[in-house]
Amino acid sequence: MTHARRGQVRGRRILTGALGVAALAALWELYKLLGPAEGVVVGGITLLPRTSDLAMPHVWVMAARAFEPVTGASNAIPLWQAVLEGSLFTLGIAAVGWLAGVTVGLLLALLMQRFRLAESAVLPWIVLSQTVPLIALAPLVRRWGSQIQFGEFTWASWMSVALIASYLAFFPVAVGALRGLASPDANHVDLMHCYAVGWWKTLWRLRLPASIGYLLPALRLAAASAVIGTVVAEVSIGLRGGIGRLIVEYAGAAGGDPGKPWAPIFGSIAVGLVAAGFVALIGLFLRRFRRGEVAA
Amino acid sequence: MNNHPAQPDPALAVEVTGVSRVFTVRKGADVTALDNVSLTVAPGEFVSLIGPSGCGKSTLLRLIADLDTPTAGEIKVFGKAARQARIDQDYGIAFQQAGLLPWRTVAGNIELPLELHGTSRPVRRARAADLIALVGLSDFADKYPDQLSGGMQQRVAIARSLAESPSLLLMDEPFGALDEMTRERMQNELVRICAETRAAVVFVTHSIPEAVFLSDRVVVMSPRPGRIRDVLSVSLGDQAQRGENLREDESFFQGVSRVRELLHGEAPAGARGVETR
Amino acid sequence: MRPGPISGAGLARTALPPVLLGVAAVLLWQWAVVAFEIKSFILPGPFLIGEEFAANLQNVVNGMTVTGRNALIGLLVGAVLGILAAIVAALLRTVDEMGAPIVASIAVVPIVALAPVLYTMFGAGAETARQIVAGLAVFVPVYFNTLKGLRQVRPVHRDLMRSYAATSWQATKTVTLPTALPFVFTGLRIASSLAVISALIAEYFGGPVGGLGKSITSSASGSNYGLAWAYVLGSILLGLLFYAAALGLEKLVSRRTSG
Repeated sequence: MTHARRGQVRGRRILTGALGVAALAALWELYKLLGPAEGVVVGGITLLPRTSDLAMPHVWVMAARAFEPVTGASNAIPLWQAVLEGSLFTLGIAAVGWLAGVTVGLLLALLMQRFRLAESAVLPWIVLSQTVPLIALAPLVRRWGSQIQFGEFTWASWMSVALIASYLAFFPVAVGALRGLASPDANHVDLMHCYAVGWWKTLWRLRLPASIGYLLPALRLAAASAVIGTVVAEVSIGLRGGIGRLIVEYAGAAGGDPGKPWAPIFGSIAVGLVAAGFVALIGLFLRRFRRGEVAA
Repeated sequence: MNNHPAQPDPALAVEVTGVSRVFTVRKGADVTALDNVSLTVAPGEFVSLIGPSGCGKSTLLRLIADLDTPTAGEIKVFGKAARQARIDQDYGIAFQQAGLLPWRTVAGNIELPLELHGTSRPVRRARAADLIALVGLSDFADKYPDQLSGGMQQRVAIARSLAESPSLLLMDEPFGALDEMTRERMQNELVRICAETRAAVVFVTHSIPEAVFLSDRVVVMSPRPGRIRDVLSVSLGDQAQRGENLREDESFFQGVSRVRELLHGEAPAGARGVETR
Repeated sequence: MRPGPISGAGLARTALPPVLLGVAAVLLWQWAVVAFEIKSFILPGPFLIGEEFAANLQNVVNGMTVTGRNALIGLLVGAVLGILAAIVAALLRTVDEMGAPIVASIAVVPIVALAPVLYTMFGAGAETARQIVAGLAVFVPVYFNTLKGLRQVRPVHRDLMRSYAATSWQATKTVTLPTALPFVFTGLRIASSLAVISALIAEYFGGPVGGLGKSITSSASGSNYGLAWAYVLGSILLGLLFYAAALGLEKLVSRRTSG
């Protein structure tokens, strides 16, 4: 495919993507127009939502609200600015959590690849770790953190949030990296053996490059998980300054201001997409190692 | 020819006229897989396509099967366009990788084309049982492909290609992945089956002895661009008479030599290994 | 796929290392709690949690039932929608491209963000919001994995179907769907425990009483940390149960994977 053709395809994809979003908005408005006021209730179970302006604000109301000030106070900044600031704050913490999670995940994967016993003993627990509801542990983590003090270093609340984000992020990396490290052909491993190359060199020359194809989707998943974990932990710890806090605050205002709670939702989506985009960018630099990769 | 299942069509089985196939590749240079190739196959005739890699033999087979379209020229199968012949299911095909569906048993795989074309279950079962017996796998009817060896899988693929008693068989190096002993055994089987069914066969191979053993005519092709260099008649007797001993026969060796000469025909002078040390 | 370690000796060999590690970890934990005199509001010992679990078994089971039911409904609806959407997206590339940004957004949206607005949309008295949250969490992995599976058809099988002049539907039924099946199950396995966690987290943001999330909050605010951890244990068990069910279903249905 020539460059021109590739650009054409990308342009078309962006166009159809935008069309999809527009279609969703149109569907929202259509349902709002035609749907019953109390929603579709079947046998006491609400199947489709209520269509009141409070429950389902118009799409343009959501959009317009973003440009109005946050509160009625005279020095209030516009809503979009508040959401932007919150988003950046959350993105920063998520980045720290992602880095920590990726590091731990990689180390675990290396350990499990090196020692078969480690893999059989530890992997099930890694899988199990994700069944623990971290939202229950978040206040606990903060409590633990407050006990930690090394000289100048004190544990800030945001670190608890980052820790929880890393808890969610390490899992896909550990699993994906393990699969990737184990992915080289038996032939290639034998070749390294013939060259009398030790485990570390084999790792650097063979296993790591071979694992890139598996690692990148895992990193992307870890980025999304880190963002989700950050927002959830912000809420349960009550950390100020991030999107999570805004979600809870504005949710309380929903009664009089139906458009308000939607702004931080879009903000958090944007944060997640930016995080995923950043990982995709990393992937661009590693294209040499992805030649064998089959597109999903 | 009165006691065979399929009546050969009076028209030519396969008629390839002036066919070219050019592949446009991403970065610039086009690949001419086939250049103005013409060929006919008579009903009941066994024709092999042989040549080095890149000579277009598999491409030609795929064009006949309507798995691809020529960039120029015309292909007729039993007097119809290739596409129509495919829709009318006038041929059976066997690929180099057996291509069995891993979640179906041997019997299930053989029944596949019959199932797709609406044959009733009892008829399907009976036909599959016949074919399984024909290829000698009666004990394995309920096994899954991953429980079979490569040779057995290929036998199932061949049985499957015969399921609807086609008058034309298209085979793309079906024995390519097998060891020499199994290969020779499969060749004997195939010759026996062809003698019984009287189907025309277009058989792609890169093994000279195989082509000579199996065929009535051998089509020698050359690469870059894919062309037919020559067509050789290898009359080694009626298919029903080709047996084990044929491989030891003088006429067999002569046939092999002639094909080999044709294949190496355009070697540059001195390349025949004259050492001047 | 060869039958996995279902035989006795094989099972023991697979299960032994993690079990041993787990037992060792629990014992170490209990020792640490006792030796360092860690207060229960920081970290209760495993034995205390076990006691509370046993003492409040009925309540924990009740909570598991409520959360479990929401998770199950979310799992079923989300999985069905995910599979259908993937089939449509595999058939119509336009739909795939139109849906891409939306699905990508669902994949990154924190459930927390949606819970409050969903309660407003569906009413705070209904369990629907929680089920939708679980359903959305399930939809994403099922959709992506199913879509991937639907694109895995081997070229030789595709040629085979074409040589049989099979209709699209015949080709789909005979080759595409069976090839995709293992991928669907991978998605379901991932989705199964996600459904539980999502249903639980949604409980933190409102809705009717009942469910493990609510119970964890109420016991934590009542300073009964051992009990709170017992509920956490209940949620882990629930997640395991769902995962095991998904795994069991997979083993039951698929005898041969595409190979």
